[in-house]
Amino acid sequence: MMDETKTANANDQVNRRQFFAKLGLGSLGIAAAGTAAFAYQFLEPNVLYEPSPVIDAGNPDRYPLDSVTLDVNSGIYIIHSQEGYFSLSAVCTHLGCLTAWKPELGIIACPCHGSKFKQNGEKIEGPAPKPLPWKRIWLNDDGDLLVDRSTDVPPLQRDSFVRV
Amino acid sequence: MAKTIDQHLDNLRETRVWRSIFRSGTGSSTLKRALAIQQNVFLHLFSTKVRTRMLSFSATWYLGTLTLGTFFILVATGIPLMLYYHPSAPKAYADTKDLQFVVSSGMFLRNLHRWSAHAMVFLVFAHMFKVFYRGAYRTPREFNWVIGVILLLITLLLSYTGYLLPWDQLAYWAITVGSNIASAVPFLGNKIHFLLLGGNAVNANALLRFYVLHCMILPLTAMFFVAIHFWRIRKDGGLYSHASEPSTLRAKAAARDAPAKEAR
Repeated sequence: MMDETKTANANDQVNRRQFFAKLGLGSLGIAAAGTAAFAYQFLEPNVLYEPSPVIDAGNPDRYPLDSVTLDVNSGIYIIHSQEGYFSLSAVCTHLGCLTAWKPELGIIACPCHGSKFKQNGEKIEGPAPKPLPWKRIWLNDDGDLLVDRSTDVPPLQRDSFVRV
Repeated sequence: MAKTIDQHLDNLRETRVWRSIFRSGTGSSTLKRALAIQQNVFLHLFSTKVRTRMLSFSATWYLGTLTLGTFFILVATGIPLMLYYHPSAPKAYADTKDLQFVVSSGMFLRNLHRWSAHAMVFLVFAHMFKVFYRGAYRTPREFNWVIGVILLLITLLLSYTGYLLPWDQLAYWAITVGSNIASAVPFLGNKIHFLLLGGNAVNANALLRFYVLHCMILPLTAMFFVAIHFWRIRKDGGLYSHASEPSTLRAKAAARDAPAKEAR
């Protein structure tokens, strides 16, 4: 048997036993790869029952001039500034805590690790790596403000405001 | 004269039923005592013989055994808690409240579960410090140290997944922060975050996934590695004792032989 194997290897040939062993191992490898792909696809949900990223923030009249309003449920600020209405994500860019507007200080502050932001989202201090992103905001046909939480817009640009 | 309790026990051990269950037989000879350990499915993981010194408190402070003890308490309290807890977003918080204030002994079980969890994390660290500073992680016990590190990670993951289950503000934000830390993994971070939570935010899917991890996957994985951990203690020559290590014994023997050689 040993001699047989040796000759087979020397001639770069595969005998029947080796062929079936390779076939078996190869099939197991393919099956393992298939199982891994199956497991990955199974663990990734195809349908998410999460709230829509588009928020109806209601009539613009609800937001007085120079006000910052937090919507706790959707995690966004609606800010009515001199330049117009704009929307800011209230989710801290550090580790995802919900920030809060501090009217007495005129800043946005995160309770978790102390990041502080200006009213336009710019970072003042703290561990947050990025400013709070601006979100797309527009008026629908009923005159309500809509905000798309899934779309960032460049800060302080003319198009990032809504004027009523 | 009435029989003593020992005599009754001896008679019991002679019965056919007893002998059918315990294969090692009766008697207190060294062989019988060794067989009692070696032929028991649970005890055979451990060394058949142990030096009395290694069973003293000072050798290990019993930290590993105490960790196992807290693990058993956590299993024993966790299973009854599961009977009153629904891992669903509308029910989880209310069920936790019910366990605390309505269910008989619910507060006791829940608090025991929580305190044991804290104790287990503390004991795992204490055990590892003790092993580290005694140098008990060295050859041939390196691999058992690696198993120990895996068990530390499982312990921390058990604490982390259990933390979400009360579904209160503390839990919600702790898991939000913790899962965002997972997003910091290079390249795969966001994918890991998504798969861990089963969505983009801490939600019903996340609660269910953490529940399954906490009650099934992680405890079973822990038991698997604990079994290897104990078996390796025996295979690596029992608990670490500096005076009985082969290198110490060799050095001692060399010191004893050296003067004899010079005299020759």
